[in-house]
Amino acid sequence: MTKVLEPSAIAAKIKQTLPDSRVNAESGYLLVEPAALTSVLTYLKTTPGLEFDYLSMLTAVDYWDYFELVYVLDSLSLNQIMTVKTRLQGRVDLWAPSVVSIYQTADYQERETFETLGIRFSGHPDLRPFLLWEGFQGNPLRKDYL
Amino acid sequence: MPFTTENFILNIGPAHPSTHGVFRIKATMDGEVIVDVEPVFGYLHRGVEKLCEERTYAGILPLTDRLDYVSAMNNNLAYCLAVEKLAGIPVPERASYIRVIMSELQRIASHLIATGAFLNDCGAFMTPLLYMLREREKILDLFEMASGQRLTYNYMRIGGVSQDLPDEFLPALKDLIAQLPVYIDEYDRLIKDNEILLSRSKGVGILPLKLAVNCAISGPVLRASGLKWDLRKADPYSLYERFDFEIPTGTQGDCYDRYRVRVEEMRQSVRILQQAVKGIPSGSTRTEVPRILRPLPGDVYRRIESPRGELGFYLVSDGSIAPYRCHVRAPSLINLTALKEMLKGWKIADIIIIFGSIDVCMGEVDR
Repeated sequence: MTKVLEPSAIAAKIKQTLPDSRVNAESGYLLVEPAALTSVLTYLKTTPGLEFDYLSMLTAVDYWDYFELVYVLDSLSLNQIMTVKTRLQGRVDLWAPSVVSIYQTADYQERETFETLGIRFSGHPDLRPFLLWEGFQGNPLRKDYL
Repeated sequence: MPFTTENFILNIGPAHPSTHGVFRIKATMDGEVIVDVEPVFGYLHRGVEKLCEERTYAGILPLTDRLDYVSAMNNNLAYCLAVEKLAGIPVPERASYIRVIMSELQRIASHLIATGAFLNDCGAFMTPLLYMLREREKILDLFEMASGQRLTYNYMRIGGVSQDLPDEFLPALKDLIAQLPVYIDEYDRLIKDNEILLSRSKGVGILPLKLAVNCAISGPVLRASGLKWDLRKADPYSLYERFDFEIPTGTQGDCYDRYRVRVEEMRQSVRILQQAVKGIPSGSTRTEVPRILRPLPGDVYRRIESPRGELGFYLVSDGSIAPYRCHVRAPSLINLTALKEMLKGWKIADIIIIFGSIDVCMGEVDR
C-alpha cells in the first residue's frame, strides 16, 4: 500500500534546509510559495528517504481569488505519495516557475494548464497552446469563461 | 565535392491508419533519419473537463466511457473510485469482485487491440489483428451480456455496479478463461519468433528507465523498461490485494519488450480472472447512493492501473451537486512525453512501430 506522508514532518525538515522557502503544512498537502517551488521540489526529489522522483500529475484549479497549482509526487523506490500545492494571487498576468528542468513530464501538462487556465510558466522550453485550434481566444477552464 | 542535403519536414497524419486515431507527427528529416519530432494534438478535443463542471456526479459517468474508448470499463472504475473516496461511500464485496472481473477482461481486450495493431504496424498485415479481434469479440459478448453495450458500457455506478451479473455470465466466463491461454499460445507460436518482427522491433525505440521515470511514463511502457511498478500491487484498489499475480517486466525497453510485456500481462489477467470466478461472493452489488450527490468540500486524487498506465481522477468538490473541478491524469498523453527522445536517430519506417508500441488512445490524449 502506498504510504501517504504526513506534511508537517516534511515541512519542518524543509524549513531547516531551506530557511526562506516559507512552507506550510496543511491537512494532506504541503503549501509552498511560488518562488520557492523549484527548490522545494528539487529537495523532495533528491533527499534520501523522500526520493520523490516521479511527478504523477500536475494541474491547476481556479478559485476566483487565486489559482492553485497541484503537484502529486510519487516515490517509486519507497512507494510513497504526497501532494504539493502553490497559489497564485489575482487573475491577470499569472506566472509560475516551470518544473520541466526537474521533471520532464511537466512539459505537456504545463502547456495544457497554460492553454486552459492562462497560467504562464517561466523557464518552460516551448510554452505554446496545444489542445485547442489555432487562434482560439480565452481560457476555457477559468470560471469566468462561461 | 561533398554532397550536402537540407533537412526537410515530413508530415504524418492526422488521418493516417497507423496513428490509432487522429494524431499528427511533424518530423524533421535528414534524408531518411529523424532529426526532430513535433507531435500535434487536439484533433479529438471535446472539452470533457469543462463538461464535467456542469453535470451531476452520476451524470459524468457516460463521459468517462468516451475518454479511452478502448478500455471504457477502467475509466468507469477510476472515476467511481474517486467519487467514492471523495464522498466516503463503501462498495459491497461482490461489486468489487465484479469490478475486478470487468477491468481484467477489459485489460485483455485492450491489450489484444494493442498487440494486434502493433503487429499490423510491423508489417504482419491484418492477419494477427484479425486473430486477436476474434477473441476480443468474445469478451465484448460478455460485456454485452452484463451491460447491454459493446464499446461504451456505462456499467459501473458510484457505490457498485449498475446491475448484478446475469445467470449465464459466469459459466460463459469460465469457458472463455479456459480458452484464452490456448489462444495466447497460438499467437506466440505464429509470430513471437518471426525473423522480420524481431529485426524490426528488437533494439528499436529504446526507452531508458531513468528517462521513463523522469517523464512519468506508466503502465506496460514503464515496465518494459525494467521497473516492477504496477498500481494493482503498489497501491491496491478494489480488493486487488487479495489476488495473486506476477508483474511482467522487460529488460531493454525496446518495442519488442513492450509487446512481450503486454502478452505476459494478458496471461496474468487470466490468472486474476480464475481467482475472481472462484472467490466471488454473493450479496448486494450496489450501495444505495442518492441520485444527486453532494460530497463535502474537499479534493481527492485517485488512480488505477489502466491498460495504458496510471489513470487518475483529480476531483474538487465545493459541496454542490457538480464537481468544482475534474482533471483526468491521462496515461496516453503522459506516455507520449518521451516520444521525441525515443524517435530521434531512427528512420521513417520506425516512427510507425515506435509510436504503435506505446499504445495510445487519442480520445484520452485530447479529452
